[in-house]
Amino acid sequence: MLEILYQFISEQVLSPITALIVPLDYQAQALIVLQTIIKILSVLVPVLVTVAYFTYAERKVIGFIQGRIGPNRVGFFGFSLWGLGQPIADAVKLIVKEIIIPTGSNRFLFVSAPVLSLAPSVAAWAVIPFDDTKVIANINAGLLYVLALTSLAVYGVIIAGWASNSKYAFLGAMRSAAQIISYEIAMGFALVGVLVAAGSLNLGEIVNAQSGSIIHWYWLPLFPLFVIYFISGVAETNRAPFDVAEGESEIVAGFHVEYGGMAFSVFFMAEYANMILIAVLSALLFCGGWLSPVQGIPVLEDLLAWVPPILWLLAKTSFFMFLFLWFRATFPRYRYDQIMRLGWKVFIPLTIVWLVVVSAMVVADVPPWFN
Amino acid sequence: MMINNVKNYIQSLFLWELLKGLHLTGRYLFKRKVTVQYPEEKTPQSHRFRGLHALRRYPNGEERCIACKLCEAVCPAVAITIESEPRDDGSRRTTKYDIDLTKCIFCGFCEESCPVDSIVETRIFEYHGENREDLLMTKEKLLKVGDEEEDQIAKDRSRDALYR
Repeated sequence: MLEILYQFISEQVLSPITALIVPLDYQAQALIVLQTIIKILSVLVPVLVTVAYFTYAERKVIGFIQGRIGPNRVGFFGFSLWGLGQPIADAVKLIVKEIIIPTGSNRFLFVSAPVLSLAPSVAAWAVIPFDDTKVIANINAGLLYVLALTSLAVYGVIIAGWASNSKYAFLGAMRSAAQIISYEIAMGFALVGVLVAAGSLNLGEIVNAQSGSIIHWYWLPLFPLFVIYFISGVAETNRAPFDVAEGESEIVAGFHVEYGGMAFSVFFMAEYANMILIAVLSALLFCGGWLSPVQGIPVLEDLLAWVPPILWLLAKTSFFMFLFLWFRATFPRYRYDQIMRLGWKVFIPLTIVWLVVVSAMVVADVPPWFN
Repeated sequence: MMINNVKNYIQSLFLWELLKGLHLTGRYLFKRKVTVQYPEEKTPQSHRFRGLHALRRYPNGEERCIACKLCEAVCPAVAITIESEPRDDGSRRTTKYDIDLTKCIFCGFCEESCPVDSIVETRIFEYHGENREDLLMTKEKLLKVGDEEEDQIAKDRSRDALYR
């Protein structure tokens, strides 16, 4: 269905437009540029809408866990619709709000920090495959690209903390920097495990290497790496229980104390976009991406054959997104030294050990995954 | 000792306690919600609820307050101002009885101290003011509240009389 829509837009809308306004020599290139823009928008817009409704989901889920019902008033056209209008109302409020730039701050860096934190988390979506064919940039080093971009996000945080010229912001930025660097290593090793198992850096090929059935997915042979990857992901996105960078009970709001209005909401969007990214990556790398969980089961497979692969990916991603919220509602914040201990003394040794185990399994062609 | 250490180590390695925590919150996710949706639903009030103040009258219409100024003396927030002089029939009455709601802490001491049950606190809690004057309860306003709420006030006092 999406393909048909894309075909339609590209043939009926874009081609006439380029034929009309672009000189004859450049029409082919112009068409490719426009098609790429359409592809980018078709990923970006759903991602940003998901970010908006993820905040709503967070308030609902945490409310439910705490015995409350969460936002349920703001709706559309006089219908409250379980509060579905809430994210829109929040967005409008934040857009209208004034952005205050502190006198002592570095103006240029202060303004560019939110952009620097949102851009990588959005740019990483370029290599995320939604299907065998649906991917904006099917590059060979996709995994490396994703790892690089998720690490880049810390610059936004550090620059925000430094440019604010505020003690709390600076403390938050320092904590965040130390934490992200520590967990980056464990995360990187976990991804190396996937790389060793799949023999490819291309995310599409990694998913296809997991095909077979639910036990062929990498969560089973790489189980410790899977758990470590997800927990490191939670730490990387500065989410509870690793949210010392924000630490509202200790350092007010950490790196973004001085930000208000839209500048703050860009940080907010970046955090949620990162969470969604980690969720989709966990689904792709360890849970078979768009592969159906009933693959290989005789009757069920035929019964559920009509489900489009992208839905499986979305379902898995939603599950991991829910885990983020569940964690936040359950765990108290780690003390700073505990975070460091967990990262350096538990995760890194464990990943290295399991990397050796995975390598041995690959060399020995252990069935059913590596034969 | 040794066994315990090993057991602890294995439990922490497999995140046992964390899984238990997740299990607990996971169960709460599906429990009945306790939210009271305020404007439509309201929580039950005690008959000792301490809300907006009121001055009461006797059934024959005579105001109860005898300007003893006990409430003014006991008020910890100094929110009450009373002035008094003899009325034409010789009885002592207030000429001014102000409660500044911006100062009042709703402790109920005025109510406790009143020898004639004149100043009382009603169950009214949904009121607002758009400027300071709106939140300064004068004698007229207090008597008006008392007249409007007399039934409820009398009922609540008689229920509480058992314990006094």
